[in-house]
Amino acid sequence: MATRDPNGKHPIQKLMDNPWLLLVLGIVIPTVSYTIWGWIELWLVPTATLP
Amino acid sequence: MASAVDSLPIVGNHPQAEVRSCDTTSLPVCLTAQQFIRWHAVVAVVFLLIGGIGALLLALTRWPAVHLLDAEWYYRILTLHGLNMLIFWILSFEIAVLYFAGTVLLNTRLASKWAAYVCFGMMLVGSVMVDITIMGGKADVLMTSYVPLMATPWFYLGIIILAVGALIGVFNFLATIYIAKRDHTYEGSVPLVVFGATAAAIIAVGTLLHGAVVMIPTWLWSMGVISEIDPSWYRITWWGLGHMSQQVNVCAMVSIWYLLGTLTVGAKPLNQAVCRGAFVLYILFINLASAHHLLVDPGVGAGWKIWNTSYAMYLAVLASMIHGFTVPASIEVAMRGKGFTRGMFGWLAAAPWSNPGFSGFFLSLIIFGFGGGITGVVLGTQQINIMAHNTLRIPGHFHVTVVGGTTLAFMALTYYVVPLIFQRDFYAKTLCRLQPYVFGGGITLMAVGMSFAGSYGVPRRHWDIEFTGGQFAVGFDAGAHAMLGIMGVGAVIAVIGLLMYVLLVVAAVFFGPRIAGQAMPPWHEEPARPADAVTDQSEEHKTPGTLVLAIVFLAAFAVYYFANWMWLADVWEVR
Repeated sequence: MATRDPNGKHPIQKLMDNPWLLLVLGIVIPTVSYTIWGWIELWLVPTATLP
Repeated sequence: MASAVDSLPIVGNHPQAEVRSCDTTSLPVCLTAQQFIRWHAVVAVVFLLIGGIGALLLALTRWPAVHLLDAEWYYRILTLHGLNMLIFWILSFEIAVLYFAGTVLLNTRLASKWAAYVCFGMMLVGSVMVDITIMGGKADVLMTSYVPLMATPWFYLGIIILAVGALIGVFNFLATIYIAKRDHTYEGSVPLVVFGATAAAIIAVGTLLHGAVVMIPTWLWSMGVISEIDPSWYRITWWGLGHMSQQVNVCAMVSIWYLLGTLTVGAKPLNQAVCRGAFVLYILFINLASAHHLLVDPGVGAGWKIWNTSYAMYLAVLASMIHGFTVPASIEVAMRGKGFTRGMFGWLAAAPWSNPGFSGFFLSLIIFGFGGGITGVVLGTQQINIMAHNTLRIPGHFHVTVVGGTTLAFMALTYYVVPLIFQRDFYAKTLCRLQPYVFGGGITLMAVGMSFAGSYGVPRRHWDIEFTGGQFAVGFDAGAHAMLGIMGVGAVIAVIGLLMYVLLVVAAVFFGPRIAGQAMPPWHEEPARPADAVTDQSEEHKTPGTLVLAIVFLAAFAVYYFANWMWLADVWEVR
């Protein structure tokens, strides 16, 4: 369970007050899930052979 | 936490003589930011006009009874329309919104005047370069510019310059919120509107980075430096630019909904933590939706498609549904607080529908939610998408998100930006009050026509669906033609609404009565508190009307979803 820091801020509130951490997460998550995973899928497509 | 717009004293970090106090809201306005907000807004409207003229020409071509342009000019204008509407107009307006939210609402100066100059210059030069290459016939590659279609290198260079300029503007905004925090120009968390703008800025960074990754090699390829670009790689990476840029729009639009709710009826967010949590869901998950465009691409597997367009992406859909509830609910609470407690929808009937800031924003909310939201989730389902991919259903969907939603919200905000930032008043206020209805009604009719024509299988991006002069007689039945006619009529009405907006804004910005030193004239008179208003305070904090609207929305979604699965089952017959 999430705990508050001595200043009384909830960890989720601390996340929402940190635009830099949100920036990193907002770039890393879609880049890994959509872009890099997609590139890997294309990279693993076998080369077509002539009939 | 602060509400969307709180009145702040001028104790920020502004250099002397570089700030003024707004005569209407008392908010401190950074004069440097004000200058660039004005410039970006003016340029945005010019690009809207270019895109709007293109829209009319395209609609009159896709309407088979008119079929105005020849094939070459159809694809040329389609390229022009897409880039001017989806990128130049919206991105320019968004930079203005970022500068407003970053400075005025946080009581701070703009971080860098020179960065703002560079941003504006690069965005303008890049956009003009692209438009010149298109109109010169050197870039008939559509907005997506899928390889191996090749445009002149100046086209790709223009997009790169535009993207880098916009990225500089976004980082100028992020630097502005950094110095605001450093200089303690506000207390606690940033206002919700600023938080939403920050979410838009974060998504914009990812968007523009994808743009750089795909456009720089493509530019080199167009000059012969690189021999080949893999089309599948291009499509995945380009949609990291193309679709993610539309998620910037969603964040900016929702932020504007909250802002206009406050400006028009004094609404306050129902629950700050919930609203911010919804924006965080956007930041983390909404960009995965780019995979929708690749649902029939053979290179990527079902796991990638289903994860990115379903399980993870639904967290962003959840965010939209949260905003879709909290925005109208905040209006209901504000109106009930003014005594409009009669029945389920007394608050809605008494809302200031003669205020174009309110009507534009609320129509945007309805059109985006009921039109764009429902169709988006359904069309983004892998199985259903196989029926709809590359048909007119897709532009039918995104014209009610990006145009009926985002553009209409931006138009609504303009009715406050002109008096508050340009310090000019509007002429012809009756036309101003009509404009959101004309534009919203037209675009909805057009999208309905598009969507149903697409349901008949009418393809998107196609000059002549009759294949005139072909070896075989093909074509669509009368129903499809009727829907294309409805699309054409709706488009003409929407363009009339767009031209009304452009004329009203140009007249006000350049020739309107100056109102510096005085409060802006109100768009509506505050109605008197009804004599039969309930005095029980708890009644004013209930939202039964919004709850009913939410149930109607969910029912509409269920019916549309079910109907599409039925149509899918009808695609094949099992005896």
